[in-house]
Amino acid sequence: MNPLFGDRRTTLILVGPALLIYSLIILVPVLWSIGYTFTQGNAISGFTFVGFNNFMELLRDSKVRDSLLFTLKYAAVLTIGQVLLGYLLALSYVFVLRRSSTFVRTLVFFPVVLPTVAVALLFQQLFAIAPQSGMVNSLINTFGGESIDWLGDGASAFVVIVIMDLWRSMGFYGVLLYAGILDIPEDIIESARMDGTNGLSLIRHIVLPLSLPVLVSSIVFSINGTLKVFDSVLALTNGGPGTATSPLTIYMFQTSFNFGQYGYGSSIAFLLTLVCLAVTLVIIRSNKRDLTKA
Amino acid sequence: MVTTAPATKIPARTLPAARRRRVARALPAVVLGTLLGAIILAPMLWLFLGSFKTQQEFLESSVWALPGQWNFDNYAQAWTTGNFPLYFFNTAISVVPALAVMLVLGSAAGFALEVLVWKGRSVVLLTFLAGIMVPVQMILLPLFTVYFRTGLTGTLWPLFLTYTAAGLPLTVFLMATYFRAIPREVFEAATLDGAGLIKSFFLIAMPMMRNALFTVGLVQFFFLWNDLLIALTFVNAGKLRTLQVGLLNFSGQFGSVQYGPLFAAICLNVAIMFVIYLFLNQQIQKGLVAGSVKG
Repeated sequence: MNPLFGDRRTTLILVGPALLIYSLIILVPVLWSIGYTFTQGNAISGFTFVGFNNFMELLRDSKVRDSLLFTLKYAAVLTIGQVLLGYLLALSYVFVLRRSSTFVRTLVFFPVVLPTVAVALLFQQLFAIAPQSGMVNSLINTFGGESIDWLGDGASAFVVIVIMDLWRSMGFYGVLLYAGILDIPEDIIESARMDGTNGLSLIRHIVLPLSLPVLVSSIVFSINGTLKVFDSVLALTNGGPGTATSPLTIYMFQTSFNFGQYGYGSSIAFLLTLVCLAVTLVIIRSNKRDLTKA
Repeated sequence: MVTTAPATKIPARTLPAARRRRVARALPAVVLGTLLGAIILAPMLWLFLGSFKTQQEFLESSVWALPGQWNFDNYAQAWTTGNFPLYFFNTAISVVPALAVMLVLGSAAGFALEVLVWKGRSVVLLTFLAGIMVPVQMILLPLFTVYFRTGLTGTLWPLFLTYTAAGLPLTVFLMATYFRAIPREVFEAATLDGAGLIKSFFLIAMPMMRNALFTVGLVQFFFLWNDLLIALTFVNAGKLRTLQVGLLNFSGQFGSVQYGPLFAAICLNVAIMFVIYLFLNQQIQKGLVAGSVKG
């Protein structure tokens, strides 16, 4: 190896600043945050050491259980929805829309870049009931149905959150998986067609197995994002009605900043980190096992 | 039947059939395209029309009705009452410098991690990678304490600093993968010519990475511009709000919801992204997808 690329001073000058900023603003706070989990208090009142009290409280607190369940439910539903809708979009780009798909792809992708707050406020109005019905309730009325108080009930508010986030993100997964399907060598699909494999069986036996890697990586990406959901729920329902649609992130935010409990807030954030880590590890491990089997 | 038919009749019979077949084959595409277009565009069209309606039209006319007149009163109100110029300035002044610093430092680190040879580089790379997975919630409270104690909470510095750092892991990682594609000989030759390695990083590597820098910058731009969590945590003083925090608080500024101005305010925020998307949609799609696959 050329000694030129082994110069220490150069390395330090190039990697040092980034590493310093990253350490000071990300790494140290992460460790510091773990330290906070053993304390009680906040930035204004100061902190006192309380040992494992916060973790005991985590186990007892029914709100933690509810918001953890909400986070998991949301992540599961949304991951399945995003990857499924994205895959359907991708398949239709490749096999139905074909050459004319560029425009549709670009159009469906557009909501991805929109600010979440703007989209959430728009969906609040779309699903509004009072004082004036939004587009959705008006549609329901047109077909003779009764207006629904979408955001007034936990279950239907969850439906609105899911619809909104799917509307916002399906174009992204469409393009992501589209790229994956395009990577399948043309001649494999062609020769399968020659053999008389067509339509659904072509997709099931040829396209699906060959796009499995990109499917798995989009599932990992989706779960990692949806477990951390914050913006869209905060702006659409603010966790309500009550705490019916409150994920861990919002519970952590309220505990810390509305009630000034940094120690407990850090414990909730730590729990969230553990959940993210565990889910990612499970997926990666189960995926590896499948690969060795095949 | 066809084979026994006179030769002159064949074109007359197959032409419409072929055209019918072509139409039949295009039909699913047309139906699907229209359906998808409607799903995406209907809410936006409704938003756009609503931004011209008066409060009375909102409360009394059908939601399907067109606005009575096309004036910009709602936009004027969203612009002034919603403090649009100030919030736009706050967002831009935190996001743009953060992007610039993040790109320079991130690509320098990416270069050092991929091109240079030193002990511990895989550990450093892994350390950066870990930052992609950790939820932002893990850094908020200590940072808030520090920003509060140092008196930075009354300024936009917390946003600039946090944005820069939060974007670094992905930037470093993506730039490192882009540098992997360039043979070391390129930098070797340049450096032997008498330029130092640092000089050749700035004069050769950076210009070569123009497209990559643009793509990564674009991806990070959307993350930062649309950020709510960090902005909401560190600046809540009215005059320091970013566009997202301002929009979130928009309806709270009136006693009852003023629909027209609210729709106009949402529209303004959508319009910014629309203009950017209009010109750069292909790069944006490629960039965002690349950012996820590698992340």
